[in-house]
Amino acid sequence: MRTDYYILQDGILKRKQNTVYFENKEGKRALPVNKIYSVYAYGKLSFSSGVVSYLSKNGIPIHFFNYYGFYEGSMYPRETLISGDLVIQQASHYLDEEKRKSLGRKFIEGACSNILKNLRYYSRNRDDIQESMDAYIDSIEAEILCLPESSSSIPQMMNVEGRIRNIYYSALDEIFPEEYRIVTRTRRPPGNKMNTLISFGNSLMYTTVLSEIYNTQLNPTISYLHEPFERRFSLALDVSEIFKPIIIDRVILKLVNKNMLDDNCFRGEIGDMLLSEKGKKIFLQGYNDKLGTTIKHKGLKRNVSYKRLIRLELYKLSKHVLGDEEYKPLVMWW
Amino acid sequence: MKITGVKINYYHICHTKLWLFSHNIALEHEHENVNIGKLLHEERYSKKKKDITIDNTISIDFVKQRNGVMELHEIKKTKKMEDAHLRQMLYYLYYLKKRGVEGKGVMNYPLLNQIREVELTPDGEKSIEEDIRGIEEIVTGRMPHPKRMRICPKCAYFEFCFCGEGNED
Repeated sequence: MRTDYYILQDGILKRKQNTVYFENKEGKRALPVNKIYSVYAYGKLSFSSGVVSYLSKNGIPIHFFNYYGFYEGSMYPRETLISGDLVIQQASHYLDEEKRKSLGRKFIEGACSNILKNLRYYSRNRDDIQESMDAYIDSIEAEILCLPESSSSIPQMMNVEGRIRNIYYSALDEIFPEEYRIVTRTRRPPGNKMNTLISFGNSLMYTTVLSEIYNTQLNPTISYLHEPFERRFSLALDVSEIFKPIIIDRVILKLVNKNMLDDNCFRGEIGDMLLSEKGKKIFLQGYNDKLGTTIKHKGLKRNVSYKRLIRLELYKLSKHVLGDEEYKPLVMWW
Repeated sequence: MKITGVKINYYHICHTKLWLFSHNIALEHEHENVNIGKLLHEERYSKKKKDITIDNTISIDFVKQRNGVMELHEIKKTKKMEDAHLRQMLYYLYYLKKRGVEGKGVMNYPLLNQIREVELTPDGEKSIEEDIRGIEEIVTGRMPHPKRMRICPKCAYFEFCFCGEGNED
């Protein structure tokens, strides 16, 4: 199984024959090309065209994040998996208003069901906040119910989704200790610790999904919930919605509740808060562990990792557009 | 429609796989067994000129002349899918015969230290023609819904076919 490779430091990627090395003042490390799935570059990275062509040949994308940990772009290797039929079907599901809305709604439903799973866990296990959790759960459920009726347009669905997310964040504020309250969601720059963690996590999620899409025949620019022109690879945004509560939110809950983060994990001040190198390292470790966690899959009857679940979700989507089986979003059953 | 040897092979293994492969939904590149097969193909018989491609349609592993007879050789890892493999070879023989070249086929199983000879009979020719019609029908139709068989868990398409969490069929 190939794994992701995270580079947090500044340095140079060099190719020497068929080996790629990461080099900086502190030393030189070889990148095991056959074992790498994708590279996540958080530091300043210099590299030659030889490295680019070699990684491309091996189908390894490099995702770049800037100084602040925000996603900047990807070196996305030439597509080798192309199925004209699939892409045409994918596009026809965008062009047909009803088909598009049906898929868009499923992404929202999936995301919300997973959000509810997270909240129910705390309702079950924390007597002190059980009552208020139940109230949040009820109001999210009420919003989900108006999803089918308000489905006259995608923007209206997005509004429902936005309201649900706001309720969810208020609920999380009760779970998290005071210094980790979200209060209001702020981006670019995130205003406080929790906003920083959410932003960092969401851009990671987006890139992981993008890497998975690269390994399927799906076209990453044709999306349903988000507009294809919103960002370059908007299908990754659609699919991320399902996985953010399952992966990112639960990584954050673990890091905070287990007190794994301290003040050295952050830099900047309130209003302009970012993860420090130490913070990024801890987050990435937690994230990578989560991706590697396995559960028994009901359809396959074998253990699959969380990361593999993303791929399976893309297969489900492919089968939907091919007309084989209706897409049902992944809802945590565990 | 271009009928390749792999399509004949898949036709005798699984129609869903045939359909997906024919629609360019290739999943074999990540699969362990496929990589072993590829290595076996590259490493064994390395002195022979390999992969003789004809009309961009069929690709024969290697060709030999023995006692004035042309031999088509195909390398396979195991005999698990022997029937499908033999059909693939029959198709090569059939294809070449249509172009005026007659020969016989030899299946090589280097890991088992075995070979097996294949000859095209009138019955074989007829069955290949039926295969071709069958393949055209499947590939131009809708994707056949996956049916779970004993061989499924070893297939590169297994996760694609049974990715749904509620699938019990």
